[in-house]
Amino acid sequence: MGAQPAPEAPTTGRVVLDARDITRALTRISHEILERNKGAADLVLLGIPRRGVPLAHRIAERITSVEGHDVPVGSLDITMYRDDLRMKPARALLPTQIPAGGIDGKVVVLVDDVLFSGRTIRAALDALNDLGRPTAVRLAVLVDRGHRELPIRADFVGKNLPTSLVERVRVTLEGIDDTDAVTIQGTGSDA
Amino acid sequence: MKRHLLSAADLTRDDAELVLATAQEMRSLADRPIKKLPALRGRTVVNLFFEDSTRTRISFEAAAKRLSADVINFAAKGSSVSKGESLKDTALTLEAMGADAVVVRHPASGAPHRLAHSGWVRSSVVNAGDGTHEHPTQALLDAFTLWQHLGQGTRSGLDGRRVAIVGDVLHSRVARSNALLLQTLGVQVTLVAPPTLLPVGVESWGVETSFDLDAVIPQVDAVMMLRVQAERMNGGFFPTAREYSRRYGLDGRRMATLPDHTIVMHPGPMVRGMEITAEVADSTRSVIVEQVTNGVAVRMAVLYLLLSGMDVEGETAP
Amino acid sequence: MTAYLIKNAEILGGEPTDLLLRDGVIAEIGTSLDAGGADVVDATGLVALPGLVDLHTHLREPGREDAETVETGTRAAAMGGFTAVHAMANTDPVADTAGVVEQVWRLGREAGHCDVYPVGAVTVGLAGQRLAELGAMADSAARVRVFSDDGRCVSDAVLMRRALEYVKAFDGVIAQHAQEPRLTEGAQMNEGELSGRLGLTGWPAVAEEAIIARDCLLAAHVGSRLHVCHVSTAGSVEIVRDAKARLGREGGWDITAEVCPHHLLLTDDLAATYDPIYKVNPPLRTHADVAALRAGLADGTIDVVATDHAPHPHEDKDCEWAAAAFGMLGLETALSIVQETMVDPGLLDWAGVAERMSSAPARIGRVADHGRPLQVGSPAHVVLYDPAVRRTVQAAESASLSRNTPYRGMQLPGRVVATFLRGHATVLDGKLTSQ
Repeated sequence: MGAQPAPEAPTTGRVVLDARDITRALTRISHEILERNKGAADLVLLGIPRRGVPLAHRIAERITSVEGHDVPVGSLDITMYRDDLRMKPARALLPTQIPAGGIDGKVVVLVDDVLFSGRTIRAALDALNDLGRPTAVRLAVLVDRGHRELPIRADFVGKNLPTSLVERVRVTLEGIDDTDAVTIQGTGSDA
Repeated sequence: MKRHLLSAADLTRDDAELVLATAQEMRSLADRPIKKLPALRGRTVVNLFFEDSTRTRISFEAAAKRLSADVINFAAKGSSVSKGESLKDTALTLEAMGADAVVVRHPASGAPHRLAHSGWVRSSVVNAGDGTHEHPTQALLDAFTLWQHLGQGTRSGLDGRRVAIVGDVLHSRVARSNALLLQTLGVQVTLVAPPTLLPVGVESWGVETSFDLDAVIPQVDAVMMLRVQAERMNGGFFPTAREYSRRYGLDGRRMATLPDHTIVMHPGPMVRGMEITAEVADSTRSVIVEQVTNGVAVRMAVLYLLLSGMDVEGETAP
Repeated sequence: MTAYLIKNAEILGGEPTDLLLRDGVIAEIGTSLDAGGADVVDATGLVALPGLVDLHTHLREPGREDAETVETGTRAAAMGGFTAVHAMANTDPVADTAGVVEQVWRLGREAGHCDVYPVGAVTVGLAGQRLAELGAMADSAARVRVFSDDGRCVSDAVLMRRALEYVKAFDGVIAQHAQEPRLTEGAQMNEGELSGRLGLTGWPAVAEEAIIARDCLLAAHVGSRLHVCHVSTAGSVEIVRDAKARLGREGGWDITAEVCPHHLLLTDDLAATYDPIYKVNPPLRTHADVAALRAGLADGTIDVVATDHAPHPHEDKDCEWAAAAFGMLGLETALSIVQETMVDPGLLDWAGVAERMSSAPARIGRVADHGRPLQVGSPAHVVLYDPAVRRTVQAAESASLSRNTPYRGMQLPGRVVATFLRGHATVLDGKLTSQ
C-alpha cells in the first residue's frame, strides 16, 4: 500500500469523448461558470482528487484567458468524509489545498470528473463545511452518468451519458494518464 | 498495514511512507478553522495506560478526538506484576465496552503483543511504549520530523541520511523502534552510548555503534538524544552524572561541531543538564517542540490507517 | 496381588523376551514363559525399561494445591513411565524440616502412583542465610538424601561449602540451582541478540557457568558430592566435563549433572512470541547450547535427564511475560523428548536411556530400590514404551492439575503403554489404572 494509483491504461472500450470533445466541453463549462457568476469575482475552483484537480486547473486557465486575471484553484480531498470508510481498506489521503484567500464568502465551484451516485459530492459538501462558509457552492463535472443515490445535481455538465450500472466510465487526462479520453467499458452498451 | 502496530518492524517501507504522507495531510488540519475530521465517528479508542505518561496519553487523546472517535482513558494502576488487576481482566473489560482500538502503555515488554495475540480482545492494538521493548509511534513521529526537515519533496527523502541516537540505548524503547524504522526508511543509524548501555547483540541490528560522541556528530544530519534516568547511575551503568554528561551529553561546545543543517531531537521528557544542556535544547537546531506537534499528526495517521478499514476481512492492506 | 506376564517385550530394545512380575519382583525372564494365572500383557513391539526415576519434580504440595498435588503429580509421573520422583523443597511451607518432608513422603505413599522421595531445603526457608536441619531430614522417615534450594541458588560460597561438607555425614548430595543472583536480577530470558531486541532482561550464560565452576572447585576442595541441576548452556557442559576429567585423576569427590527435556529440544527464539508458556528457569537457550547438551548427555558428561516438572495454574501463564511464573510441565513428555532428541538421532540407545533416566538418578538420590537392571530378583519397576507411534500433545489430556506444557500441539514420538511399580500396574494400555 502507499503506492499512488497507477495511470489508467490505454482504453479498450468505446470512446465517448475524445481529446477535442473534452477541450470543447471544458471551454463551454468555463463560459457557463462566468455567465452564471456574472464574471470571475469571488470564484474559487476546488478539484476533487485525483482527476477533478487537473480539470479545475484547465477550467481556471480558460477563465483567466477570458477575464485576464487569475482564478484561485485548489483541491479538496474527501477521503475522511466518505460514508464507506468502514467498508473499504484504509486509503491514502490526497492533498487538500485551499487557496490563500480561503472560501469564506466565496463562490466555490467543485470540479470532478464523473458524477454518479452523488456520494462523493455529499462528502465534499461536508468537507467544505469544516473549511468555511462559502456564499454558494456549485458543481461542475465532465460526465454525468446518472444513477444518483442522493438528491444532488450538477450545475455544469460536460456531457450527459446515460449508462447501465454494469458499465464502467473511465476518464483519462493528460498529466495523470497518457491521453485525454472518456470511454465506456462493460457489457450492454455496444449491443 | 497490519491490524496492530506493536513494533516498528511491523511496518514495511510502503507502510511507513503511507503513514508519513497521511500525517502530512493531518498536520495541515492545524491550519484550518475546524480542527476535526469525521473519519472515526462512532469508533471508540481506549487509552490503556499501566504506566504514567501524560504526554503520550494526551497526544493519543488529541489524535483520536480530532478524528471524531470517542476516547476512554483507562489508567490501570498497578500492573499484574504487583498483583493489581491483571492485563487480561482489564482487556476483557475493554472488550465488553466495545473498544475498536486499544492504545496500550505497559511496563512489561511484550504486553501489547500479548494483548493483540492472546484472543482477549478483538480490537486493534497500538503499542504506546512497552517496557524496554518498543515505542513505534514515537519512532514514526521522529521519522516524520526528520522527513520534514531533511527529506520532504523527494520520494525517498531519507535515503542515505545519517542519524545518531545517543544515550541509554539499553533501556530505551525509543531507540529500538527508531533503529528499526529509520533503517526501513534508508537512514544510516549510529548508536552512541557507553558500552554498559548498549544491548547485547546490538551488532546484529544492522546499525553502527560508537562509544565516541565527538567522532560521530560532525557527520550526522540529525542527533537524537535519549533520556538518561538517574537510577541507571545507581545500577552502576556509569560512575557519575557528571562523567556521563561530559562524555555523552550534548552541550554548546559539541553543538558547534555539528554540520550547519543538522537538527537536534529529543523524545522527552528531557533531563536538562544531564544528556542535553538548556542552551542546546532551546537553540534553533532543536526541533523538540515540533516533535510534540508532529506526534498528534502521526498518531492521527496511525489511528486512521488502522481503524478506517476495520470492517474489511483480514488485514487492511489492499 | 495380581501377577503380570509381559510377553515379547524388548528389554532395552533387545530381542523379544517374556517377564513375569510376581510378589513385587521380577520373578522370571525368558522366552515362552507360562502365564500360570498371571495377567498377560502383550508387549510385542514395545521397549521395556526399568521404571524411570526423576531427580527433579515440583509437586507443589503443600501450599500450591491449585497447581498440583502429590496425588495429581504422581499420576502424571506414572503416565510418563516414572516409578519414583524427587519432590522439590520449594513448597509452602518450605520442606526444610523433618515434619514437612515426612508429610510429602506420606502423601506419596498414600497416592501410590509412584514412590515420592522428598528433597530437603539446604537453607531455612530457601532464604540462603543458614542451614536447615539437614540431619533431621536425613534421619526422618522420608530418608532425605538430596538437598536443594531449587528455584534459588545457594550463592553464598561459605554456606555452600558448609552444606557440601555437612551432608557427607549421611552420604547426602547438594543439588545446586546454579544461578548467580546479581547477574540475573530481573532476568527474563536467555541473554543474547533476541533478548536485546525483545527488551526482555537477559539471563547470561555466565551466571550459570560461574556458579557451576565455583561449586565444582568447592566440592573438590571439601571432597563432597555435588549435583548440578538443569544444566542449560554449552559452557556449563564444558565445565562439568573438565571437572569430571579432573575427578578421574584426583578422586575423593563426585560431581553429577542433569539436563531437562525442554533444554534438549526448545530454543530461546520461542520467546519472540512473548507467550510465557516458554518462560522457564533456567531459560531456553540457543541451538548451539541444545547441541552441546545433547552431546554432553550422549558422552556421559551429563548423567541424568530430570524433568523439572513445574506446574502452574492458568492465570500464572495467561498474562504478560514479566508477570508470568517460570516453569513448564515435563513428566508426561520426558521419554518422548529423549527419544526425539537422543534415541532417534542415534546419540543414545535404550540402555543409555535406562542409565540416564533410571539407574543414574536412583544412584545419585541413593534410592536403592529403584533404577535396578531388569533381571530376575530386581524390584518389578518396569515401563513398557511404544517408540513406533507418534502423538500430538494435548494439554487438556494431561494427568497433571496444570496445563502449562510448551509441547501442546506438537507431534512427539512414542507413548508409555504400561508402568509397573513393585509389580503393580499404575498404567495399563496407556491409561491410569486407578481412575
